[in-house]
Amino acid sequence: MENDSPVIYGLEFQTRALSAQTAETDIVRFLVGTQSLKFNNNQVHLVELNEETGGLKTQVFHHPIGEIWSLQASPTEPNIFITCYNTLSDDGSCQMKGALWKLPELKEYTNDVESLKKLADIDVTPHGTDLKTIAYHPMDSTKAVSVVDNKFILWDLTDNGPQATTSGTLASKGQPRFTNGKWNPHNGCNQFVTLNENNVHLDFNVNRQYILSTCGDDGYMKFWDIRSPTEPILSRMEHSHWVWSIRINRFHDQLVLTSSSDSRVILCSIASISSEPFGHIVTPEDDCAQNDYNCKKNKLEDGVVGRYEEHEDSVYAVEWSSADPWTFASLSYDGRLVLNKVPRKYKYQILL
Amino acid sequence: MAENSNNPYDINGQHFNPDMYFQKLLKECTLKQIMDHEAEIIKNTQILHSDMQTLVYENYNKFISATDTIRKMKTDFKEMEDNMDLLAKNMDSITSFSEQISSTLQGTRQQIAKLSSVHTLLKKLQFLFKLPGNLKDKINEENYAQAVQDYIHAQRVLNQYGNMPSFQGIQKDCEDIVQELKSRLRMQFHKRDASTKSLAENVDLLLQLKEPADSLCAEFLTHADERLTEQLDVLKDMCENDIIEFIDMASSGFLSDLCLIVASYNDMFINRPPSEDNEFTDDFDTKATARLNSYIMKNMKKYFDLIGKRVENVADTSILVKALDKFHRRLQAMNTLCKDTDFARTGTNIVINAGRKQCRNHLDNLKSHLSETLVKVRQILTTKTSQEGDNSLAELQALLIMPVIEKIKGVLQDLLVFLQPDLSFSLKTQFLQNFCVDEVREGLIVGFLHHLVITASGFCAGSDIPKFPPTLLLLLSKMCIEFKENNVKYLLTTTDDLFNMKQYTSSGNVITTESEICDKFQEAAQNLLNHYVRIQGLAVSQMLRKSVETRDWLHTIEPRTVRAVMKRVVEDVTLIDTQVAALYDDSDGQVDRSSDSSRKTHSVSVSRHHYRSSWSSYTPNHMDSSLVTNIHKLFSERIEIFSSVQFNKASILTGIIKISLKTFLECVRLRTFSKYGLQQIQVDTHYLQLYLWRFVSDENVVHFLLDEILGSAVHRCLEPVLMEPSVVDIICERG
Repeated sequence: MENDSPVIYGLEFQTRALSAQTAETDIVRFLVGTQSLKFNNNQVHLVELNEETGGLKTQVFHHPIGEIWSLQASPTEPNIFITCYNTLSDDGSCQMKGALWKLPELKEYTNDVESLKKLADIDVTPHGTDLKTIAYHPMDSTKAVSVVDNKFILWDLTDNGPQATTSGTLASKGQPRFTNGKWNPHNGCNQFVTLNENNVHLDFNVNRQYILSTCGDDGYMKFWDIRSPTEPILSRMEHSHWVWSIRINRFHDQLVLTSSSDSRVILCSIASISSEPFGHIVTPEDDCAQNDYNCKKNKLEDGVVGRYEEHEDSVYAVEWSSADPWTFASLSYDGRLVLNKVPRKYKYQILL
Repeated sequence: MAENSNNPYDINGQHFNPDMYFQKLLKECTLKQIMDHEAEIIKNTQILHSDMQTLVYENYNKFISATDTIRKMKTDFKEMEDNMDLLAKNMDSITSFSEQISSTLQGTRQQIAKLSSVHTLLKKLQFLFKLPGNLKDKINEENYAQAVQDYIHAQRVLNQYGNMPSFQGIQKDCEDIVQELKSRLRMQFHKRDASTKSLAENVDLLLQLKEPADSLCAEFLTHADERLTEQLDVLKDMCENDIIEFIDMASSGFLSDLCLIVASYNDMFINRPPSEDNEFTDDFDTKATARLNSYIMKNMKKYFDLIGKRVENVADTSILVKALDKFHRRLQAMNTLCKDTDFARTGTNIVINAGRKQCRNHLDNLKSHLSETLVKVRQILTTKTSQEGDNSLAELQALLIMPVIEKIKGVLQDLLVFLQPDLSFSLKTQFLQNFCVDEVREGLIVGFLHHLVITASGFCAGSDIPKFPPTLLLLLSKMCIEFKENNVKYLLTTTDDLFNMKQYTSSGNVITTESEICDKFQEAAQNLLNHYVRIQGLAVSQMLRKSVETRDWLHTIEPRTVRAVMKRVVEDVTLIDTQVAALYDDSDGQVDRSSDSSRKTHSVSVSRHHYRSSWSSYTPNHMDSSLVTNIHKLFSERIEIFSSVQFNKASILTGIIKISLKTFLECVRLRTFSKYGLQQIQVDTHYLQLYLWRFVSDENVVHFLLDEILGSAVHRCLEPVLMEPSVVDIICERG
């Protein structure tokens, strides 16, 4: 018996970093990183949803070297992930660094705080100070790109330890800085997109080439065709403040999640830009006449499918589960992780 | 009657019985009466007696004279008998003489008869021989009618004896001449100055000469066409002239000619008296009529096109209406001439189109006037220095509305001339209904109002970086509210009254209702206001954001002053407040707090108290990361940042401040602070606390957000130690 009510997990720290356990395709699992300026107090939480009972199993790990600003799980190995963290350097100033971690193999979830195995440092400090993200290649866990200041660096993460192989610099007037980056899952995953405008985030549609979505501090979610970048194909304002995260469902790419500092998570259906045909192909027309329900379903319009109000602080991250296409997690600054499902009614509309 | 006639007592009757009468008298009458009666009877008897005597005498005399006459006649008859005998004798001798003569003359007479017949034949022949010459002469004299008659006379004979060689010559000559005659007659067609009457005569002659009527029709019309085309060309050249002159010219030139042509054509080809021996085929009539109709249609179409085009651009409505009236009247006269076609409908359509075009022109003028006004207002807004804020905004507001209303009123008055009752087309309900409802009300007034809404709403679209002063949004929003509350109703009522809308809208046609338009204005006003709040909020946000992002909060000195950007924020918000105050009241039912100076200190102390309750006891030793905030949140409602704004000053300002402070909060959370960095934020938020509360409707919102900012700064601080509140006070007082 499925349960559609949200499952809430509270952390005792401020949080910004959330990732699905990407390589795990059977169990709904998420990783959360905490932000505490008591740098050795930080933690990584592994949260697992028991789909049978709707209950949660959690395991806490130490992340003793700094507050986590970004966390990304390996695309191929469930136990490995990267964090970008802030720590205090010897001269008393803050420094952003990266590290590659491995979860210990545990027989059972424990109430103890376990230790993580740090596989390697990804030291970006020679390249700059303001590390924004270290992003795994979508298929190949030996590659990652970091975005620092006005540079991006391609890392080789093979056994010899992380090696910077390529880097590029954005040079133009007024000290531009990259603010974010993302791999393009198309064209054999050999493109990396960087952003250099304030507080804009993006996601690709893995099923449709050229289509990408952005969100940002104008409160809009926008969809672009990168072949004609002057105007967005579609732009909607559903939130009442900055939109911090936008995620397109990999399996049903009309489902788009956004999270905002207005404390809301909104699930939209943007069928007009999805790779699936508008609704489903219903064979002959008379089928329509027989079944009104089918007809309505096929004309599903773009719009909000769900509005999730369980958070009470800015929601900086939202992620789809890698195991269940209908489950997603959202994380607010006050340390609240909420797991939700796509409304069943809408799920059936997509499936049937 | 039988009774009467059998009455034995009737003294004058046939069956009179004296005894019975006498007995009756004796029985019924007195003696005196009897005696009187006796005297009377005696007297009557005497009269009768004398009458009888006279009659007998007279008859006798007559008989005697008759006898005399008969006697005399006897002698006269005898004399007559003798004379008759004599006469018979004479007659006999006359008869014998006569017989003698006729027998003598018989031979000669036959000869004479023959001669005389030869003579007439010769005469005819002579006519024939002379015919070619005659015809020529007559043609030269231009006596074509006689020539044709002569020819027709001779034609039959010539046809009969055509096989004889001598006649063949004559026939050929004649035919040649007639051919020439025909061509001459046809030539007349092509003469420019030929009158229609003479043309008609020519056609008649040609018809007599058995020219094919069909081709004549065609030729006649072709020629007529040339003339009409000339007329049209003249008209085309006159397009620049005064429209009245133009219409007059069209009536007297083109239309008159067309009428004349139609009349002649009808006389010549269609209404011909059937007595004449023209052998038109049966379907000629229908063919000719069809030909004429298509001809009329073709030319009228050209005419209508020309008129239609000409009436499209007339600046002066009253002159246009006068011209249309003339046009329409003339056309009604035309309609009686050409029965088969309905030009009145086309004419009315042209009038309708002209009305529509006039409304469109007015609409275009109104639109361009609106955009000029907007440009002007924008210019004033951009050049205006910020100080002179309040009053001039109200003036600008008036500038945005009043001229438009006045202009619309003028336009309505102008269009009213279309409704003058003496106009020929004002009887057409088709026109009136279309003009009043579809054109004036829906097309012009409602159309303009829609345009106004769309134009105003257009300022919401596009990027968040406005290409115009944000105050414009405020003005436009207020304008939409004004329209919604007053002007829409006024304009529609005025229009409906002036153009008798009740009369024309009853017949079920759908008209845009006032509430429909008002809803649109309300929606636009709301969107504009929301957009204004967003834009202004983003502008203030931008300052705060830059101020947080560009500073190194880990290496900052102990705060001694409020940062300049905070003062700038308060200044900007104050300026926005004065701008908004020029157009919007303070929130309804609330005291105007800005005028209440005594409340300021009181309120500050209250808020400061509240403010400290969250954070004053806050030391690094017992800092529980989020307990304070979470407890606080339990008692406060969620704050909508970009929520819908109400149409009052406090709500607008609240919106702007909410957006700005929320940005401040988000920026703070992205940084890490040293002790002094935190204390700077403490000073800054306290300063904002002191000055921003007065602008908003619910000061708790400001408190809450500033609390959140300071709270977040505490979280993001490596060594969270707050400043002494008294020191913060002193710094803020110093400004």
